[in-house]
Formats: sequence, structure tokens, C-alpha cells
Amino acid sequence: MSAAGRTGAGWWMLILPAFLLLVVFYIAPIAQVLTISVTEPELGLGNYERLFTSSAVQRVIETTLRICLITTVLALLLGYGIAYAITLARPRAQGWWILAVLVPLWISVLVRAFAWVTLLRRQGLVNNTLLGAGVIDEPLPLVWNEFGIIVGMVHYMVPFAVLPMLASMREIDPRLLAAARGLGASRGEVFRRVFLPLSLPGVIAAGVLVFIFSLGFYITPAILGGGKTLMVAEWISLQILDLIRWGLGTMMATMLVAAILVTLLVFSRIVDLRRIFGAGA
Amino acid sequence: MDGIYSPGAASRSLAWATAFYLVLPILIVVPVALTDQRYLSLPQDGISFRHFATVLSSPEWLGSIWQSFTIAVAATILSVTAGTLCAIGCWRISRRATELVRVMMLLPLIIPSIVYAIGLYRYFGPLGLLDRFLGVVIAHGVTGIPYVVITVSTALAAFDPRLEQAARGMGASLSQTLRWVILPRIAPGIFSGAIFAFIHSWDELVMVLFIASRDVFTLPRRIWDGINENLDPAMAAVAVLLILFTLLLLLADRALRRRNEG
Repeated sequence: MSAAGRTGAGWWMLILPAFLLLVVFYIAPIAQVLTISVTEPELGLGNYERLFTSSAVQRVIETTLRICLITTVLALLLGYGIAYAITLARPRAQGWWILAVLVPLWISVLVRAFAWVTLLRRQGLVNNTLLGAGVIDEPLPLVWNEFGIIVGMVHYMVPFAVLPMLASMREIDPRLLAAARGLGASRGEVFRRVFLPLSLPGVIAAGVLVFIFSLGFYITPAILGGGKTLMVAEWISLQILDLIRWGLGTMMATMLVAAILVTLLVFSRIVDLRRIFGAGA
Repeated sequence: MDGIYSPGAASRSLAWATAFYLVLPILIVVPVALTDQRYLSLPQDGISFRHFATVLSSPEWLGSIWQSFTIAVAATILSVTAGTLCAIGCWRISRRATELVRVMMLLPLIIPSIVYAIGLYRYFGPLGLLDRFLGVVIAHGVTGIPYVVITVSTALAAFDPRLEQAARGMGASLSQTLRWVILPRIAPGIFSGAIFAFIHSWDELVMVLFIASRDVFTLPRRIWDGINENLDPAMAAVAVLLILFTLLLLLADRALRRRNEG
């Protein structure tokens, strides 16, 4: 074997540990989930038939899609505002804005869900304050329902929306904006006709990212939904842990993965995943 | 872009409102943790540290903190070793040949952990890894690899490949080149990856809910039970300690990066 050949083999050996770990301890368990969905309780597509016949299954999917769409739209709107402010801020202020986005990103999702419960529950700080001020006569139902889930989910997703939009806004040449202003466009026109169209790829990337993360989100919806509003992830966990219905649970898990992969495939021309995740690190 | 074009009042207030929405709800746990009452509330007659004392003298909480810490350290070692080697290999071998590996490395970030968790629940049973330290370390370590691959790949992108070729040309073996030429230059990337892999394991709940039950009872698991069963100010104290710990890790990362850039 030539020296060059040995070199090549040496570098491949470096990849091997990660590759084997992923195949044996990641891909294999997930492949098993896909298999169980067509083999239990009996061989065939019986579990998938439920997608068309069971109203409970359809209701969960409908709730999940509705909450995910609302979350995505709100996270994009709020995220766009912050990304826009960061792009146009002075360098020193930029650092602070980015800190306000990144620090929540790294704080435990449980801590954040707990904070929302503290604020929003019946005897929570928001209700107590409003009651004390005489604005309302009885506590508002702010949590353990869809409203609470969305408040918590949007809070979790905004940073993920900001990062790709910020990356794409930073590529916009500031001289274009100055030129448009110089040619007599109002501030609103500059935004509508120059800035917004140029930032759209980032908005789409952010939308895809937030949507796919929302689809399989477990912890925040489970805590803030209080078991009454079920999203797909919590429903799967219920099937497996409490009802021991492996077939149904794995069927839904398979559909979840399929929905995510299809979304990514459809948008893969616009979204460079590696760049998005790289920007987060 | 300063001076040339500035945002209008509407967009500026939207940005400020969003920043408050992101940060303030998290900060609310600080006064709640310092309350002098027995229930979740703001301090009434003065602040008190007794809820911190409750947490820090409880064998359950301390046990879980210690367990989470040792799991996270072991998982980080696993992620950093496998991830760093993999990133270097992918960087040196042509891009197209390693495309499959790169896509594989993104899967744990894309596929929801609930899907992986139910898979592991079934997979670990026959292997005897349920409710074991080793089982949780493997689960966290494997899913932490992508964070390390990303940060190390970013560091490698700025590394001049001719340095590696020069070292090899002068007769250095593969392990010598790694040890003396490549690793020192990408150390900040490895360190960032280690911090992210650590936080990933330290905070992870969904897998633990399925593959651990009694012997392995991590901190997130105890918080989860606390939120679902008894909401008391001790929970807020735990939350404050966790926030401080996360901030400390991020500051360490920032300081190290700045030193390397400076």
C-alpha cells in the first residue's frame, strides 16, 4: 500500500468512532421505532389506518399543526423585529441585543417553563397584580390551556428565529439602503421595497427551523398545557408509558419524523441547515 | 450601518418589547426564590435565603445535582472525543466523500428527542442499560456529538491545511500531527463544543424520562417532578442556581474565545 493510501485510511479511522456510535446507538433505536409501527400489534399498516379512522388521532394532529403555525408566525414577527434592530444598531449596542437573544437560548427549558407557571397560574403574579389593581374581578385562565402553551413556545422559539434572519440581514449591503433614501424613498418604502425582499430568504429559513422544532416539542407544551391540550410529542409519550400501545405511539413518531423530513426537503433549496446550526454555535 | 439608516419608532419598540419578553420572565424567579413566605410569591416582609438553604441541605437535591454533573462530564468526554476526531477526519477527507457522515451528524439536532427516547426505551431493555449511569451517558454523549462537530468544524475552517501538510512532509506521524499541529490550533473550538455538549446533557429531560427511573434520578427529572407535584419556592431557588451556573459556563466560553482572538 502506498503512503498516500495509508494516510487516507488513517483519516477515515478518525471518523469511525463517531460513525459507529451514531449507527449503533442512534440510527438503530430510531429504525426500530419505524419497524415497530408496522409490526405491532400485528404485521401491516393497521396503525396507519388510524390516521383516517380515529378522530382522537386526527384531533391531536390538528391541535399540533394549529399551535405550531401560530407559534411560527409569532416567533417570526417578534424575531424579525429584534434581528432588524440588531442589524441597524451600533456595534456596542449589538453585543447587548445579541446577549438578550442568546442567554435565554441557553437557560434550561425547565427553568423557563417554571417561570411561566409562576407568572401565569391562577394565583400567579400576573393574575394577583391585575386583581390587586382592580382590573379584573376573577383570575384569567392564562395557563394549562392553548394560550399558555403558545406563550411558552414562542418564548422558546424566538432565539431560533432570530439567528437565521440575522445572518441573512447582515449580508444586505447598507449602501443600498442609503442609496434608496438618497433617491427619495421614505423610510417605510426603503423597508418595504429594499430591506424586506432582501431579508426574505432568512425569514423562510427561520420559519422552517421554528416549525420543525415546534412539531416535536415536548417539555414546554406538557408543563404549560397541563395535560388538557395534547400535542403530538406528549400524546406519543402517553401511548407508550401509560397505555402501552407501542404500535400507535411509534406510528405517530414515524409520522412526526416524516413530516419534519418532508418539510426540510421541500425547503432544502432555500435553507442551508448546516449554516443555520453553525450560526447558533 | 450606524448613521446611514436607522430604524423607525415602531420597529424599535417591537424590538424592545421582544427583548423584555425574552428576559424578564426568566428573571422573575430571582425575587420568588428570595421570598420569606412558604408558597410561591414575591417577598412580603423582607428577603430570605431559607429556600436556598432548603435545597442545599436536601440529600435528594444534592444527590440529583451530583448525578447530573457526573453524567454530564462523562457524556461530554464521549461527545468531545468522538466529535473532534470526526470533524478533523471530515475536514481532511474530501467534502463529497464525507457528505453522508455530515448529514448523519445533523440528525440528532433535527429528529425530536421524544422519537429517540421511545426508541432507546425499547433498545436499552435487552442490553440491560435501562436506569443505568452508562445508559444515560451513552444517550447524552451520542446526541451531544453534533454540537462538537459543528464548533470544531468552524474552528477548522480557519485553519491553514498547508500547516498539516508541512508537518506530514517533515515526517510527523498522524498522531504527532494531531497532537502537536492540529489540536492546539482548534482548542477554542473544542472547548466551545465541550460547553455546549455539557449543557445539552445537564439540561436533558426527555430521554431521561424514558430510560431512567429510580437509580438514576437527574436534576431535570427532579425539577420536572417538582413542577408537576409541588410548586414551592425551593423550586425557584433551584432555578436561580441553574441560571447562575449556565451564565458562568457561557461567560467562561466568551472569555476564552476573546483571549484567543485578542
